[in-house]
Amino acid sequence: MLTVSNLTKNFGSIHAVQGVSFTVEKGEVLGFLGPNGAGKSTTMRMITGFIPPTAGTAVICGHDITKEPVAAKRCIGYLPENAPSYHTMTVTDFLTFIGKIRGFEGAELKAKVEGAIAKSRLESVRKQTIETLSKGYRQRTCFAQAILHDPQVLVMDEPTDGLDPNQKFVVREMIKEMAADKAIIVSTHILEEVDAVCTRVIVIAGGQIVANGTPAELRARDPQGRLDLVFRNLTLTEAQAHV
Amino acid sequence: MSNVKQIKTIFQREFKAYFDSPVAYVFLVAFLVLVGFLTFGVTMYYERRQANLTPFFFWHPWVYLLLVPAATMGLWAEERRTGTIELLLTLPVTLVETLVGKFLAAWAFIGIALALTFPVVLTTAWLGDPDFGAILCGYLGSLLLSGACVAVGVFASAISRSQVIGFVIALAICLFMLIIGFDPVINAVAGWGVPANIVNAVASCSLMQHFDAMRRGVIDFYDIGYYIGVMVFMLSAAHVVTDNRKAS
Repeated sequence: MLTVSNLTKNFGSIHAVQGVSFTVEKGEVLGFLGPNGAGKSTTMRMITGFIPPTAGTAVICGHDITKEPVAAKRCIGYLPENAPSYHTMTVTDFLTFIGKIRGFEGAELKAKVEGAIAKSRLESVRKQTIETLSKGYRQRTCFAQAILHDPQVLVMDEPTDGLDPNQKFVVREMIKEMAADKAIIVSTHILEEVDAVCTRVIVIAGGQIVANGTPAELRARDPQGRLDLVFRNLTLTEAQAHV
Repeated sequence: MSNVKQIKTIFQREFKAYFDSPVAYVFLVAFLVLVGFLTFGVTMYYERRQANLTPFFFWHPWVYLLLVPAATMGLWAEERRTGTIELLLTLPVTLVETLVGKFLAAWAFIGIALALTFPVVLTTAWLGDPDFGAILCGYLGSLLLSGACVAVGVFASAISRSQVIGFVIALAICLFMLIIGFDPVINAVAGWGVPANIVNAVASCSLMQHFDAMRRGVIDFYDIGYYIGVMVFMLSAAHVVTDNRKAS
């Protein structure tokens, strides 16, 4: 459903992402792991069409993001880092706006908004303006906008970042509920998340993929089966390892 | 056409966002007080004893100069600050639809401010027998002038990281485009020995000269075309800039 081929991004002389390729099929939850600044967000921003790649492309449900951006964007639900939303709008108004932009109207629009509110467990705050909500609810509001149109591909950039353990649990449950009929990419630097939701893991460091496999395969790389040590070995450069 | 629907959706959100904060009402009041003060206090509307809106329209370019940048500075800068730009640009809308929607929302907001000056017209009608055709033409010119300023503001907001910079850049561009057609400036430049045809050519590019004719009641398609041209040019420039800068 999602094919990323040789995705590359240079910011001037900085090589943020270098030749990243992978595919995600329906039913998969791909964990995108890597230290801060590894190129996770940049890769996701290129897949979702926010920034143009220097080279390579991503094909979403048969639509090339660089050639047919609008058609490709229709198939994607995207939860950007820090879950931005229009803070002066109420939850319902915000989701209605997203629904309209996504091309729904009338009864269908209403149904989609209601569905997103229910799935994201936002009933109790739907009439509040987003600025009055806690971080967990804001995150879920942005999550609701990502799943409103029931996208085939769901891209989430650190969906549990900054949430308390209960809120993290809810977000993970929501991802699992969604997983069966979608291709999902979740970026994170929380290793426990990998076991909790992911069916496959890609570790990215210095803008390149350094590992690609199931959580079990990744674990097997360390004699004690500790993910944190595997992660450390994969992502630390020579110089950093000796500090 | 789905294009129009997308523009409408962006327009509605943006337009409503103005009234979500009290700043919109402060803005409207400031606009009306400023226009009223300048018309009645400075250009002595009553003392002139003429039933026309010359002293009223005279001030419009200068009021827009100050207030339009305030209304447009947040259009892109605010999206950047809060990160919603990432949301907006990954939704299935084109950048053109987004830009046009934002532009029209800001223009409609200024249009409301302009429409609320109607008591000046009523006053004039009550005091004398004004030429309503000329008044309508003046309002049309003023609306077009404000549209051009809004387009400049959209561009300025697109190239700015913060609202303050967006305000200053919009003000600077608008000021430049006004004073190159402002009579005292033209006369001063002509006085330096610059050939008259060059002075006139530059002045004919100014926002001011085209408004001058319309506020006197003369509609020329050349003037209307000029304003539409400025809007299209500024929005195209904003398109190029946003396309290039969205990565940063």
